[in-house]
Amino acid sequence: MTLASRGRAVTVVALLLLVGVYIRALAFTPLERFQGAAQKIFYLHVPAAWSAMLAMGLVGLASVLYLLLKDPRFDRFAAASAEVGTAFCVVMLTTGPLWARPVWGTWWTWDARLTLTLFLFFLYIGYLLLRQAVADPGMRGRYSAVLGICGTVLLPFIHLSVYLFRTLHPQPIVLKPSAPSLPGVMLVTLLYSFGVFTLLYIGFVMQRYAVGEGDAHA
Amino acid sequence: MSDLLRHAWNIARKDLVIELRSRTAFVSTLVFTVLVLIVFNFGRDPTATAVLDLAPGILCVTFTFAAMLALNRAFQLELENQALEGLLLTPISRRSIYLGKLFANLAFVGLVEAVGLPLFVVFFNVPVGHVLPALAGLIALSTIGFVAVGTLFSAMVIRTRFAELMLPVLQLPFSIPPLVLAVLATAKLFTGRPLDESLGYLKLLAAYDIVFIGLSTLLFPATVEE
Repeated sequence: MTLASRGRAVTVVALLLLVGVYIRALAFTPLERFQGAAQKIFYLHVPAAWSAMLAMGLVGLASVLYLLLKDPRFDRFAAASAEVGTAFCVVMLTTGPLWARPVWGTWWTWDARLTLTLFLFFLYIGYLLLRQAVADPGMRGRYSAVLGICGTVLLPFIHLSVYLFRTLHPQPIVLKPSAPSLPGVMLVTLLYSFGVFTLLYIGFVMQRYAVGEGDAHA
Repeated sequence: MSDLLRHAWNIARKDLVIELRSRTAFVSTLVFTVLVLIVFNFGRDPTATAVLDLAPGILCVTFTFAAMLALNRAFQLELENQALEGLLLTPISRRSIYLGKLFANLAFVGLVEAVGLPLFVVFFNVPVGHVLPALAGLIALSTIGFVAVGTLFSAMVIRTRFAELMLPVLQLPFSIPPLVLAVLATAKLFTGRPLDESLGYLKLLAAYDIVFIGLSTLLFPATVEE
């Protein structure tokens, strides 16, 4: 079984499980008291954000490994992860405003986390553009690794600096020092969705990596 | 260490001498800076918006644009007659080449800013006399971090297609932390708040500078090796 077909299989399983996320979110979780039905998008938005961040983190890691070990597989992985991350970023940036409009009364606000994810998106775009603009594979690998590392280091700074402005985005409710502050049934759905989105990320990256491998040998 | 800095200084001096002989890049960047300030002046309604509300943003954005324009030329210089290859063949560390380029860029951008700041004061009638040292330090801190990353990127983009377009696309996200922090701190200075209130911003700016100078020095060899 080739990598591409294994990746397709993982993706199909993840998509079937995603149907489960929709069913759980729509039929088996209670309506949130203040946000109403709009809150349901949370089960897609937060896991998509997670996958986008995971993708960028792994681009940074693969970039460091590429510069250290000069193994082209790390470069191919970084390229695949960046493209998949861009897709998740788009999901996050479209579901966010859809939720914000009814709940905050505005599509967009220059809040710390929103600005951060917008720049995450622009970093991805810049990364992919740079890859396209360099023809030589060795040079492309090195250049994009440099940008990948700088981008990963930049994100905490953007977060800190825009955080000093003001923040409107809901605070973390699961990954925080005290216990998660949402009902068990919602938490289970969210964690399940996290798993599904991670699996989707893996499936997509496997397929994209296989494409990159084909290009390299062509 | 002393070798590293001595070689860096030689490279910076070479760049600055080349610049001094033609002065084209400096004059163009300066004219660009003045034009941006003028354009900003017509981009606001003076009867509706107080100049102090916009001044910090105008100052910081103008200097960011000017720095970006200046960065494009740093390695462009080395493309002619394969000068970069020659530079790489010299028995000096790659890191000193980066630091030399960084020093030259900082001198260049600093000079543009030194001329641009009085013009900004004249055009927008912002009283800066009493906060001048603090303001200069603040501008320096925000310029250093931005130029450090820009110098690294300009070494990469010159050998890509659409170099002039690529640099702003890659670099503008990196201007956000210095820009945001500089605008916040400048606004406090212009409205006469004590410097203590901006200390947090200044510390974060300094951290940004240190991290990105270190990272760029570390990564630069990867952008020029063959």
